[in-house]
Amino acid sequence: MNIALEAPYLPLAGKRLRQETSRDDRIKFGLMAIIGLYLIVALGAPLFVMLSKSLSTYRFDLAAFEFQVSDGTGAKWGPVETADALNRKLGAVAEGDLASSTDGRLAATKFFPDFSFRSPVQYRIRGTTDDAAFLAGSTLEKGTEWREYDSGTFRRIMLRPARTLGLDNFKTYFSTPALARSIYNSVLMATISTVVTISIAFALAYGLTRSCMPLKGLFRGILAIPILVPSLLPGIALVYLFGNQGIFKDWLLGYSIYGPIGIVIGSVFFTLPHAFLIILTALSIADARHYEAAASLKASKWRTFTTVTLPGARFGIVSAAFVVFTLVITDFGLPKVIGGQYGMLAVDIYKQVIGQQNFEMGAVVSVILLVPAILAFAVDRHMQKRQVALLSARAVPYVPKPNVRMDGICLAFACLVSFFILGMIAMCQIAAVVKFWPYDLTLTAKNFAFDLMDGGGWTAYANSIKLALLTALFGSVIVFAGAYMVEKADAFRFGRNVFHFLAMMPMAVPGMVLGLAYIFFFNNPANPLNAIYGTMTILVVSTVTHFYTVAHLTALTALKQMDPEFESVAASLKQPFHRLFFRVTLPVCLPAILNIAIYLFVNAMTTVSAVVFLYAADTKLASVAVLNMDDAGDIAPAAAMGMMIFYTNVAAKLIHALFARGLLARTQAWR
Amino acid sequence: MNRHMFFMLAGAMSVALPAIASAQTELTVYTAVEAVDLDRYKATFEKSHPDIKINWVRDSTGVMTAKLLAEKDNPQADVVWGLAATSLLLLKTEGMLEAYQPKGVEALDKKFVDKDNPPSWVGMDAYVAALCYNTVEGEKLGLKAPKSWDDLTKPEYKGHVVMPNPASSGTGFLDVSGWMQMWGEEKAWSFMDKLHENISAYTHSGSKPCKMAGAGEAVIGVSFEFPGAKARSAGAPIDIIFPSEGSGWEAEATAIIAGTANLEAAKTLVDWSVTKEANEMYNAGYAVVAYPGVAKPVEHLPSDIASKMIDNDFEWAANNRATILKEWQKRYDAKSEPKS
Repeated sequence: MNIALEAPYLPLAGKRLRQETSRDDRIKFGLMAIIGLYLIVALGAPLFVMLSKSLSTYRFDLAAFEFQVSDGTGAKWGPVETADALNRKLGAVAEGDLASSTDGRLAATKFFPDFSFRSPVQYRIRGTTDDAAFLAGSTLEKGTEWREYDSGTFRRIMLRPARTLGLDNFKTYFSTPALARSIYNSVLMATISTVVTISIAFALAYGLTRSCMPLKGLFRGILAIPILVPSLLPGIALVYLFGNQGIFKDWLLGYSIYGPIGIVIGSVFFTLPHAFLIILTALSIADARHYEAAASLKASKWRTFTTVTLPGARFGIVSAAFVVFTLVITDFGLPKVIGGQYGMLAVDIYKQVIGQQNFEMGAVVSVILLVPAILAFAVDRHMQKRQVALLSARAVPYVPKPNVRMDGICLAFACLVSFFILGMIAMCQIAAVVKFWPYDLTLTAKNFAFDLMDGGGWTAYANSIKLALLTALFGSVIVFAGAYMVEKADAFRFGRNVFHFLAMMPMAVPGMVLGLAYIFFFNNPANPLNAIYGTMTILVVSTVTHFYTVAHLTALTALKQMDPEFESVAASLKQPFHRLFFRVTLPVCLPAILNIAIYLFVNAMTTVSAVVFLYAADTKLASVAVLNMDDAGDIAPAAAMGMMIFYTNVAAKLIHALFARGLLARTQAWR
Repeated sequence: MNRHMFFMLAGAMSVALPAIASAQTELTVYTAVEAVDLDRYKATFEKSHPDIKINWVRDSTGVMTAKLLAEKDNPQADVVWGLAATSLLLLKTEGMLEAYQPKGVEALDKKFVDKDNPPSWVGMDAYVAALCYNTVEGEKLGLKAPKSWDDLTKPEYKGHVVMPNPASSGTGFLDVSGWMQMWGEEKAWSFMDKLHENISAYTHSGSKPCKMAGAGEAVIGVSFEFPGAKARSAGAPIDIIFPSEGSGWEAEATAIIAGTANLEAAKTLVDWSVTKEANEMYNAGYAVVAYPGVAKPVEHLPSDIASKMIDNDFEWAANNRATILKEWQKRYDAKSEPKS
């Protein structure tokens, strides 16, 4: 078959096939509906509930309160007047000051300029609606019944605001002076970190796939390390390395690690594995024929690189860039520990939600944080139209040829990056075994006695492993099936787009926001799924959802590299899609699926921000214990538990590698 | 269902039902008490009340408060035992607490009990604002230990003071509200203006400043006494200083969540939480407890902490929190840039 024939033939085949495989389509449609429903319940609906809070505004409704004041004897009552009427007379509260928040209070005495406490004057107050609420002292009173207070108590009457819908929260937020700086800082940090991380990740992935450098497996392992440790540990390590008492403090030339420098170094450290995984997948399936063609056309190395290597990996690079960008911009753990006074959007959410319990403002910042994700989705759609399948049915796997200079450079660079990663981990390990940094550096093993530190340290550890296994199992099934539907189903364009959009969202949602969204959605007694609240199930669901995007993109990248011709061939041979799926697609994508499973496993072991709101008395997690121990000042035991998680993840990785090797030997022989 | 299965089920139920009837009442108790203390509290309580079992859910004050408020429409907790009184006051104003007069509450110091009758919350112990001063780093820099809040504004401490951000941390807010109640708003703001010049970082957690001082990352941490004592016993070279002007403080307190299905057991727990025995138990970590005359000195802490505590008006603090934080953020957040 030659190329000239192939092009006009395909679309025809596509059209005809759709009619013939209508049963297939129905099955596909059913599957897609199930997975779509899952994403809507696990992500769309909770997020909607949470984000719609950004439109809940609070405002003092003065017309909803009526007052009556007695004369000096406390016996004769004056006329009934609403607070609104009184305010119009007095101008006590300016119109602009009526806007408030959930926790707003307005002293009733403001409407009575003659008010004097300890006077015999009596006061009556009531609401004109059932919802009008006020506080007498700290007791909540509601409703239209008159209540009478002496002047001593009336001093303690506070009106509460009423809930309405509107954009006022956004107005308030955008008029806050620190905001512009938060947005600028967040974008700047995310951009710098993205450029640095992607450059490093690409160079490494290139070295591993296109050179004959030695120890590839080792480097691949080392590069996965940052993902294996709870995010608190790099923060501790950075402080110990470069803080005011740090070993290498002088390297920063007088600059402080607390601030942008710390944020960038930390961000590169924790995003590198994500970027590396995606780019490696993109580069690892190369068609040798393209390189042969380039060589026979006498293209220079550089030209081959820019016309063959880069375009082939373009989709992966752009995906990775957005992943890194959104990871950095939504992460609050790192700036919280090492950001010093450098204001970032994610920290603003923390301040609002944890510091002030202002869920509405937290939702406002979350909505702003979704912008990068929506952009990512748009760009991703645009790129996809131009993406060509690399692994065509006739592809020949690329095998790099030895080149001493090139291999040497790749090896040196990989060593440098590995040194940085291992240095950080070594510092964490030291932190876990010293008595009291930096004043008492004697070694001790007592930090590993977790049962003495945090209520049930080992139980929490067992819970974490259970969560990780369940997440890996169910997560990879759901994610891969979802990605398959997006990529290979040929009808329901609209449904697939919505689905893909939903799949891109979790990345941009800070874990804290996801956790709260789950409370609001699943803890609602009207929700039929209410029963999963407070169980292991909700932890699994939230964790799968939290890490959905990268897993989805990995699956998609792998699927994209399969020529659609496989489908047409199968269809023309009248094979049902499931046979193709289980005989060809699944085996070909097996490495990617295993990668997804292990990715979900290790993230479930280390995740904190969403589950911190969702664990219950019998589902405490090790990662949360790490945070709590650090919070209590037990930094060394926190580091020790963190390292336990790390070693568990390393063990899981090794088992994964062995398992993968055995399995791949059987399924990937064609490579 | 065939007959065989029916009998099996009936048999199973006849075994299971009495077991349920005589089972312990399980209470879900939310807390922010230090994790190390939880097992001890649980064991001590369950020893005198074997029919009630405590299931802890513990996290930091901010997370616990946010979780409780988020669960407002369908509360999961039966009792809150050991959360900041300010947080409980917030829950009270949302109508989430069940007012209850625990047996023997009269014995407690009045400032540890909600003013309303019956009270919605009752206190356990107090944490008091204090400075953690790193003597080793202070000596290296040739500094002298501060004695008062006012000392902190001296130019020599520039860049050496760390305090919690009141917008992220309850401890930070108790410092600010303490200054305001001691000095009046105007003087407090002018003090904070000067203090701001010396601050190297506003942290997001209340105990962090003390930990930073303990690790030498800062010289002076504005925090409270508990993490200070803890860091001292872990080996940190710090002095815990109670400023001469007096200190803001916060009570840890207990409350019943309105609508709990286990009201009787919840009442039993709260009754017990105000007993002398319980207060002796709190005293292991906290120098000031609600039951007068119980407290014995705690290692590394002076015995007269109670005299440093200002007359704290929780209601005033709660009613003015939003306004104070707004002003605070306007003054110090916008220009809080890193200082290298």
